[in-house]
Amino acid sequence: MEVNSNGSIEPCGTPLTHSSGSNWVHSTDFEVHRNWLAITHSLPVSKWYHESTSEWTLDYPPLFAWFEYGLSHVAQHFDKKMLVVQNLGYASPATVLFQRLSVIATDVVFIYAVRECCRSVREEKGSKDLLVRPYFILAALLLWNYGLLIVDHIHFQYNGFLCGILLLSVARHLQGRHLEGAFLFAVLLNLKHIYLYIAPAYGIFLLRSYCFTKDNTDGSVRWSSLSLVRLIALGSIVISVCALSFGPFIAMGQLPQVLSRLFPFKRGLCHAYWAPNIWALYNVVDKALSVLGLRLKLLANLPKASMTGGLVQEFQHSVLPSVSPSATLICTLVSILPAVLSIWRCPRGARGFLRCLVVCALCSFMFGWHVHEKAILMAILPLSVLAVESREDAGIFLMLATTGHYSLFPLLFTATEMPTKVLLILLFTLYSFTSLKKLFRGFLLNTLEVTYLLGLIAVEIICEVVYPLLPWKQTLPFVTLLAKSVYCSLGVSYSFIRLYLSILRPTDKPKEL
Amino acid sequence: MDTWSLLSICVLLGLTTRWAVSLNSYSGAGKPPMFGDYEAQRHWQEITYNLPVHEWYFNTTDNNLNYWGLDYPPLTAYHSLLCGHVASLINPDWVELHTSQGFESSAHKLFMRATVLIADLLMYVPAVVLYCFYLSEGSNRKKVCLVLCILLYPGLILIDYGHFQYNSISLGLALWGVLGLGLGWDMLGSLAFVLAVNYKQMELYHSLPFFCYLLGKCFKQGMAGRGLFLLVKIAVTVLVTFTLCWLPFLTDPGQVLQVLHRLFPVGRGLFEDKVANTWCSLNVLIKIKTILSTDTQLYLSLAATLLAALPSSIKLLTKPTLWQFKLALVNSSLAFFLFSFQVHEKSILLPALPVCLLLGDLPLPAVWFLQASTFSMLPLFLKDGLFVPYAVTSSAFVFYSVYLLSALEHSSEEELRLRPVRRLVCLPRVDLGRIARWTFYLSVAAMAGLSFMSVALAPPARLPDLFPLLVSVFSFLHFLGLLLYFNVVQIAEPPSPRRKNPKKTE
Repeated sequence: MEVNSNGSIEPCGTPLTHSSGSNWVHSTDFEVHRNWLAITHSLPVSKWYHESTSEWTLDYPPLFAWFEYGLSHVAQHFDKKMLVVQNLGYASPATVLFQRLSVIATDVVFIYAVRECCRSVREEKGSKDLLVRPYFILAALLLWNYGLLIVDHIHFQYNGFLCGILLLSVARHLQGRHLEGAFLFAVLLNLKHIYLYIAPAYGIFLLRSYCFTKDNTDGSVRWSSLSLVRLIALGSIVISVCALSFGPFIAMGQLPQVLSRLFPFKRGLCHAYWAPNIWALYNVVDKALSVLGLRLKLLANLPKASMTGGLVQEFQHSVLPSVSPSATLICTLVSILPAVLSIWRCPRGARGFLRCLVVCALCSFMFGWHVHEKAILMAILPLSVLAVESREDAGIFLMLATTGHYSLFPLLFTATEMPTKVLLILLFTLYSFTSLKKLFRGFLLNTLEVTYLLGLIAVEIICEVVYPLLPWKQTLPFVTLLAKSVYCSLGVSYSFIRLYLSILRPTDKPKEL
Repeated sequence: MDTWSLLSICVLLGLTTRWAVSLNSYSGAGKPPMFGDYEAQRHWQEITYNLPVHEWYFNTTDNNLNYWGLDYPPLTAYHSLLCGHVASLINPDWVELHTSQGFESSAHKLFMRATVLIADLLMYVPAVVLYCFYLSEGSNRKKVCLVLCILLYPGLILIDYGHFQYNSISLGLALWGVLGLGLGWDMLGSLAFVLAVNYKQMELYHSLPFFCYLLGKCFKQGMAGRGLFLLVKIAVTVLVTFTLCWLPFLTDPGQVLQVLHRLFPVGRGLFEDKVANTWCSLNVLIKIKTILSTDTQLYLSLAATLLAALPSSIKLLTKPTLWQFKLALVNSSLAFFLFSFQVHEKSILLPALPVCLLLGDLPLPAVWFLQASTFSMLPLFLKDGLFVPYAVTSSAFVFYSVYLLSALEHSSEEELRLRPVRRLVCLPRVDLGRIARWTFYLSVAAMAGLSFMSVALAPPARLPDLFPLLVSVFSFLHFLGLLLYFNVVQIAEPPSPRRKNPKKTE
């Protein structure tokens, strides 16, 4: 079976979920993007990053603003009123239809990227039926990724498009077309700056494996083999893309304003629904210690820690030291360092780079400032590529994907969406477990891991069914979110540590580029 | 991959599709004063929950039969009673007598949709899975594909989860009936079928094949001995089941008569609205409704229906095998649909169920029929605001079923059993298989085109009903053609030896 025929089956699913989503209550992200369409269409370029009629100011890099500008030209044929900046919260059926169609249309990029990734996957020879060939499994895991379905098509974002560019860039590197990969990453950075976190992986990999063309026999870098041509080519690609995107704003002297919009550190340490990262555990430990301290009369009085109040409020920790944005940045950089150094010292080709990329994405998820749970997708999707090639990675993938997807549950909280999210996660989990198990012929997880994952079901039942019947629901309404977040952080941290160890483990010989 | 995991994935996919469709609008949403089928079902919960049994089918001050009076048999009433009890536990406003008329809220919609999903899960889905695994042939992989295709049939999903009905219960029970008969458990099969008829009287469309199959089986076993015994057992089962279902109404013959009067409204005309059957299509050329009196219309349709269903029933009587039974189910229900009295477009689901059972054996004609049946209900979907789910589910169904069941590869003349046609028509050089394929492509393209036009273009002022009429006439031609085809397949030779499974009952 050709990839083409299999690739054409999968995309049928996404429009189905999507079209049903047209009638659902849309999230704030919907209004965010509508606002940006309005800003880029109605106002001159000089005002884009100064505009603040709506609270959802433009906080993506300029290339995304140009993208929205392009979309707005199509939007005006659907409903001109959505392009008026003052129409806050405007959501006519035509607007909803246009927005959803735009996500479906840009998903074409994602589908193409998945196809390229599938073509680059190594597989063993021998006839197997279609359902257990690695490229089919990878295509299914990516195209029907639960997280993307939920976030993009139900919650509304352009993650499919952005992840598509990321995966395409990864695929190009796997295929050895490094300049294209670098170009795509530069474009991606200028579309959404959160990908800055994985820029070190790209930078070091390209420098080490692309610019230095030869290695010494023991694997260390041969300084003399630096190819200036390649270095200059890379540099010029990156600079020209950035110039194209930021150029007009630099020319107008608006760079500081743009940067201040891009990096708003006023928001709190944790998002409203805590992402299952280190800081969630940190918060809980702090809270527990403070409660303990009060009980044991070690502390007199404490500032009321309002970490659960509101959407983006800041808060102070009671017992443990408060965490500032710069502290998280330092933590993230420190955590990235060993991984990046290991691919400098011992490059393992494009797959080593991919591993480092996933590790960097996970580090940023674990230690970053104001991380959204959606960011786990940045790690899960590239990890899928590794998962169909190696048994150990498949085990890590299953843990991370299941836990990460479960942590997305609070994004859809109405009763109507409950069957959908449960059915979809069951579908994805069942498929990923059985297909990877068949591919690698054997169990991929040990008993402890399976018990933990089964515990997710227990947590869900307790939070959704048991807890609402208890009297504490009124006084401590956020306990369920807290419980889910903490339980998931255990799983995510475990996968993180395992993945990190796999990158630090020395291999026998360095692979060729 | 493991059959069980594949099967679970397919069932989950079917359920996800159903729930996704259910998030759309329902019949009569926000359209006072009469609303639609959704309100009818809610009203029946109200009536059965609040009023005593002997008032359910009668016109009283509390029960206005003109406002969605109960017109399905007692099992529907009992089911509504059960749902009414559950509804009153959650929110009594939903079934409050009189004041809850026209009640609409998102919580209520969630409740109603959930009742459909639960009924489906309990009745229809297990029957489909069991049928595919025990009564169809092929590898395990093929059986799982069959489950997926049957579960993805858009017509049932859109009517039950969109328009709002409980067809999955009656069709599920009928399927359990087929399962029972196919596995040799005649009494259980008859029991299930009688329950189906007592849920929706339209299941009578399937009654002729069930009757002929069982009677034929009794004849085969010899009317002097075992055959007679079997006949008696089945008759007793049927009578006892009927009695049990109608028990509360049997106290008073007036009750029984009134219920029958509600179930079979012979006062109404030959057809209502645009439906893809003979009378409505004939009406385009000759205005039958005005030419003939109501009584003549009744007799004409009765005669035509019986004539159309007769050949297949007689063939089944003489040769009661499962294969013949399935074909007879199709032929009989399709004949009833095309020629019967007061047929609604939703009744196409009755032939659609047995055609789903033929997906494994005759994939191309089955997919064609199922696609046409969904298409024939397009005007109804447009009225309910269900165009997008219709478009997505139909395209997905055609695509997946043609691909998974290799419908186009198994469309040679031999596999389509078109040899009798060749003998009849005497065309030596023409490849009937290729003609079939090309007609299929053109037909699907025409359906897609008409669907798009119905929604994008406005009809000309002189012919406001142009698109519904075109849809129904186009579907009618398909149904007529497929009726002839399935009749030919049934009445001509039996299936080739390689398909015979020694395990199957005779």
